Amino acid sequence: MNNLRELYQQVILDHNKSPRNYGKIHNPDSFAHGNNPLCGDTIDIYLKITNGIIEDVMFEGAGCAICTSSASMMTDALKGKTESEAEELFNLFHEALTNDKEIDLSELGKLAVLTGVKDYPVRVKCATLAWHTFIAALKRLDEEISTE
Amino acid sequence: MSKLENDYDVSAIRSNFPIFRRSVNDLPLCYLDSGASSQQPDSVINSTSNLHKNKYSNIHRGVHTLSMESTELYESTRTKVKDYLNASSTKEIIFTSGATESINLVAQSFVRPLIKKDDEILITHMEHHSNIVPWQIICDLTGAKLKVAEIKDNGELDIDSFKSLISDKTLIAGITHISNALGTVNPIKELIDYSHNHNVPVLIDGAQGASHARVNVQELDVDFYVFSGHKLYGPTGVGVLYGKKDLLEKMPPYQGGGDMILSVSFEGTKYNELPYKFEAGTPNISGVIGLGCAIDFVNNIGIDLIIKHEDMLMNYAVKKLKDISEVKIIGEAENRAGLVSFIIDGIHPHDIGTILDQQGIAIRAGHHCAQPVMKRFGIPATARASFGMYNTKEDVDYLVHAVKEVIRMFK
Repeated sequence: MNNLRELYQQVILDHNKSPRNYGKIHNPDSFAHGNNPLCGDTIDIYLKITNGIIEDVMFEGAGCAICTSSASMMTDALKGKTESEAEELFNLFHEALTNDKEIDLSELGKLAVLTGVKDYPVRVKCATLAWHTFIAALKRLDEEISTE
Repeated sequence: MSKLENDYDVSAIRSNFPIFRRSVNDLPLCYLDSGASSQQPDSVINSTSNLHKNKYSNIHRGVHTLSMESTELYESTRTKVKDYLNASSTKEIIFTSGATESINLVAQSFVRPLIKKDDEILITHMEHHSNIVPWQIICDLTGAKLKVAEIKDNGELDIDSFKSLISDKTLIAGITHISNALGTVNPIKELIDYSHNHNVPVLIDGAQGASHARVNVQELDVDFYVFSGHKLYGPTGVGVLYGKKDLLEKMPPYQGGGDMILSVSFEGTKYNELPYKFEAGTPNISGVIGLGCAIDFVNNIGIDLIIKHEDMLMNYAVKKLKDISEVKIIGEAENRAGLVSFIIDGIHPHDIGTILDQQGIAIRAGHHCAQPVMKRFGIPATARASFGMYNTKEDVDYLVHAVKEVIRMFK
């Protein structure tokens, strides 16, 4: 149960209960729909980008606490970042959750609390769904994003 | 305690299942996911190595001893399945890779050659994806329409909806015996009789039914009944299609290959007789033999006693879970079996699943391959505890205790 406390930290439970930046952006510059067919979790990401800077990002969807809190924290982290900074952060986050080698968690800032999910391999997809969907929106990919 | 409960020695039964000797996350395994796959007793597990150590060869073609012995074992399972379903002939028992393939076989070999544009296939809203998608494929290919009978708020089939959707355009009805997402036991005899009165043949998806109900295909007068071995304490990769002989005889083969022919020439090929016409290629020999052992195991205990025991567990779980105010049971049909599906206010089923797993408890969290059911109840997923012959009241107590922990954690 102690391990679990690390996964379901208060900050994660808090973002799950009151997700930040939840809702639609009307007339977004980009939009993408993500879906985890295994469990039916869905995430919609809306982006407002001005001069290469992410001015606003919102999300909607239904998912578990890991999925929802990851999406919520992601939107907080992305606002004000340039497109290339955002991509860098995605790569860093993705690596932290899927790669065995030690990485400097301080670079992840608040997102570091989600790295506990690494110990629960089947749940990694929950934490990365919002990010994959965000990248699809950023790159204006047309196809629906699936974690499978 | 009733006499029946005394007669049912669950710890003796449990000792036949080696999986319960392991722990999960340093706690005793509490396995409540038999609805997905049941665990296997020693006799089933050992049957595979016994076969391969002592008798194994390809079947139906060798004149040598090993082939004859393997064939005899393989075919003896066919007799066991015939008796288990009370079919009238082994010709009506086709081995497949599972319930899914059985339904696809009926869709492709029975329905597809007969169906025309604007004909209809009738299913219910509580079907597993495997009893939806094979029919959609046929509809896409032919322009036929899929009709869906409604379910009521308590998870029961809306019988009036079903009856109103039967018409002279209906070519087949596909109905689940027991819903894998809700536990609802459908009144299949009534539905089959009604369908037959309108000349509509019926396929029953018995994936859950074969292990939680006594099935008598002759009494039911069902046209097709399908199930999987791995939900009946047998191995994966093996399943059964029961079909009425006169229907199977009229159907073209599903797949072509070895074993399903009498003679092959480039001018024309003569198909083998039933049931071999539908068993192309070398089948899952060890799987089929394992299924035979699983049926023996169930018969030795008695399916009626198993059902009684599982009913006791299910009712106990429902009662205990209902005492927790944050828990909502999904599916409260009067007649249900084998499982309890539930949600907890504000907590996603996947989180429940992970937290329970940390306590050694295996449940299923998700849409249970029944997304339309989830949509019907306006939820993304449920947590499902499903029962097998080896579960105990203590298993339910663990579950209930752990569910309370989950709620405390999220508060």
